[in-house]
Amino acid sequence: MVYITVICLFFGVAITAAIVYFFFKYRRTHPEQVGVPIHGDMRLEAAWIVVPSLLAMTMFAWGAVVYVDYRRAPVDTLDIYVIGKQWMWKAQQPTGLKEINELHVPVGRDVKLILASEDVIHDFSVPAFRVKMDVVPGHYNTMWFRPTKAGRYHFFCSQYCGTNHSLMGGWVTAMEPTEYAAWLSGASEGSQNPVLAGEKLFADKACITCHLSDGRGRAPSLNGVYGARVLLADGSTVTADEGYIRESILEPKAKIVAGYQPLMPSFQGQMTEEQILNLTAYIKSLQSQPVPATGAGIAPATGKK
Amino acid sequence: MPREHYLNATYGIRSWLLTTDHKRIAMLYLVSVTFFFFIGGAFATMIRIHLLTPTGLLVTPETYNKLFTMHGVAMIFFFLIPSIPAVLGNFLLPIMIGAKDLAFPKINLLSWYIYLVGGGFVLYSFSTGGLDTGWTFYTPLSSVYSNSAVTPAVIGVFINGFSSILTGLNFIVTVHTMRAPGMTWFRMPLFVWAQYATSIIFILGTPVIAITLLLAGLERMFHLGFFNPALGGDPILFQHLFWFYSHPAVYIMILPAMGVISEIIPTFARKPIFGYSFIAGSSIAIAVIGFFVWAHHMFLTGQSTYSALAFSLLSYLVAIPSAVKVFNWTSTLYKGSISYDTPMLYALGFIGLFLIGGLTGLFLACLGLDIHIHDTYFVVAHFHYIMVGGAVMGYVGGLHFWWPKITGKLYPEFLARVAAVILFIGFNLTFFPQFLLGYLGMPRRYSSYPPEFQVLNVMSTAGASILALGYLLPMIYLTWSMRYGKVAGRNPWPATGLEWQTDSPPLTENFDVTPEVTWEPYDYENRPDLGLAIEGAPTHAHGDD
Repeated sequence: MVYITVICLFFGVAITAAIVYFFFKYRRTHPEQVGVPIHGDMRLEAAWIVVPSLLAMTMFAWGAVVYVDYRRAPVDTLDIYVIGKQWMWKAQQPTGLKEINELHVPVGRDVKLILASEDVIHDFSVPAFRVKMDVVPGHYNTMWFRPTKAGRYHFFCSQYCGTNHSLMGGWVTAMEPTEYAAWLSGASEGSQNPVLAGEKLFADKACITCHLSDGRGRAPSLNGVYGARVLLADGSTVTADEGYIRESILEPKAKIVAGYQPLMPSFQGQMTEEQILNLTAYIKSLQSQPVPATGAGIAPATGKK
Repeated sequence: MPREHYLNATYGIRSWLLTTDHKRIAMLYLVSVTFFFFIGGAFATMIRIHLLTPTGLLVTPETYNKLFTMHGVAMIFFFLIPSIPAVLGNFLLPIMIGAKDLAFPKINLLSWYIYLVGGGFVLYSFSTGGLDTGWTFYTPLSSVYSNSAVTPAVIGVFINGFSSILTGLNFIVTVHTMRAPGMTWFRMPLFVWAQYATSIIFILGTPVIAITLLLAGLERMFHLGFFNPALGGDPILFQHLFWFYSHPAVYIMILPAMGVISEIIPTFARKPIFGYSFIAGSSIAIAVIGFFVWAHHMFLTGQSTYSALAFSLLSYLVAIPSAVKVFNWTSTLYKGSISYDTPMLYALGFIGLFLIGGLTGLFLACLGLDIHIHDTYFVVAHFHYIMVGGAVMGYVGGLHFWWPKITGKLYPEFLARVAAVILFIGFNLTFFPQFLLGYLGMPRRYSSYPPEFQVLNVMSTAGASILALGYLLPMIYLTWSMRYGKVAGRNPWPATGLEWQTDSPPLTENFDVTPEVTWEPYDYENRPDLGLAIEGAPTHAHGDD
């Protein structure tokens, strides 16, 4: 920021100063006076093509480093699910505690938000943390940040989403970790754990009849699938992240695991975003259990960041 | 005044509505784009008054959303895009290259009627429920969720696109086939180069927006799943298609204005433009590279990191030709004979505002910084500096520069200079505070906002009232001058282009005899016909050459 501002200020001020100086210095003093016929200068042209290009590349590189870091969340984050819908935000803490237009996070911990939309495109933005990300219906986006100072900070919907777009905001409360833990356990009483809710869905929606945990079902075992590289029928591989799990629920035929038939029905339109999140949370929780040897096509992640 | 010219050659309403004279069609466009400018301006005025208080002073959120949407649609599709090409370009391009008319005069008239039909649909949308999707028509908001009159607006913009395509086609064919003897490519005025580059974008880009809006309209009317994820569509696909046109559309707006500036500066510095071929080439470079930067509007949609890197890099590259132009314009002033006439004030104002608009583009192209300022008022300020500070200043400056040619009359010079200064000050007061608002985190398209943003919003609204005065003044005195202005004569400045060799206003056929071009562009050295001091190098009062 400072770097770009300094360069831009330098060029802005230099050119403006040159214009103002020339404007007065070479003002017309006689109505018939003409200017000195100068047609150009190749060295100057070369200089003002090359120098700004090089400076621009340094700006690009610096911005790219920040962006790549932002788009790649660190491991071991605190995962919070956030759903945007016209015109409110619902957040779900790892314990299943739900908040509306509020978000509590601990200071000093990497927080990852997994963003989903029920309707149109929204955007979750926290200007004080210098972060924002579009919330797009039909797939998950993620964003992460590490709060450094306790306090209350605005969050906004930054992507225009219809009538009450400007009211679709709230507050992030960054708390000391001990306070956060106390708040979470105090406020979480009575709320349903998303993993348990997901486990119930896994049975209710009959996922369990094919996705047997020992890998001998008609569908691959899901034990340890989260974060693993999955080999697909077409020979390519894909990392099983939240987006992949979601896609596999809604459009199971899009990516078929090697060694299996495309038998699974689509659950498009049959589950709410919240149910999908709970189911995803359950599937993610399965990774702590041992991976069965027969889990065809699924290999444990190696060397994952 | 010449006894007979294009304005009095024939009389009656039919002679205007059925004319094929490019100059009369330009005047028809002048009236219609001015109409849309005032519609868009009225919406802008209400927006700024509404934002005086944090909770919103004037209207409901629903109405506010319609105001900024209709402001954008009217200004972009029906004022900015046609303004310079269809008014000044139509009038000047054939005269500047020594032609009698455009290559296809009837198609030229057809363009205007298509524009009217498209404009009619959009006005119908505005008056029957309005439009609240944002001018960007993002799906699935526009195609599924919005309750406003989206369909007629989409049809109107779709139809209007053909007007642009036909104008672009006409310009390209005219430049290729109708140049006067001696008018080689590198003797063409830079305004013509700029129109040529703009026409390339018209022809290559406009069909894409037409298809995109058609798909969005079909999804809305018949529930076909192109962009709606519930029907298996992808909302991000719409953004790719939309910006594939709409980013180059920014260059449709700014390139012609750059062409105007490249005419004004050498005329009022009375010397050849510095680096002619670099300015001409940079117009083409902008038109071409401009097609490969669209996804920089989408860094935070979840697009792949690699694609974001590529589009950020290309966005920095497209800044270079613009920088080249600014450096060359500035260098043209060096050792010139500079006058402070109104068009020159606009040209220098343009450079200053375009400089700020362009340099803040470097902030937005920077991936890391864009995370913070994307979709905030920083973006709003940035593109208003380009489109209003750049394109509109260029358009109004060009109107003043060629007004004596178009009407045969001079406008009141002192009043015009005052108006130019008011416009410059009012513009900066309106839009500079918005950079600060954006950096502080105020999102765009908000009808209410946290109280800490109020001071800067009030400053912006105060500036807008000055800006409005700056627009009303030229409107009044230019109209006044058509009847009461002093007779201009053929070449009041004097300037070097072919358009200044003929009568003011020109004959219907533009020239008595087809001119033959024997001089280089902006050449004051070998032009005794201009009646200026041309003996050797001119003497400067400061004796520094």
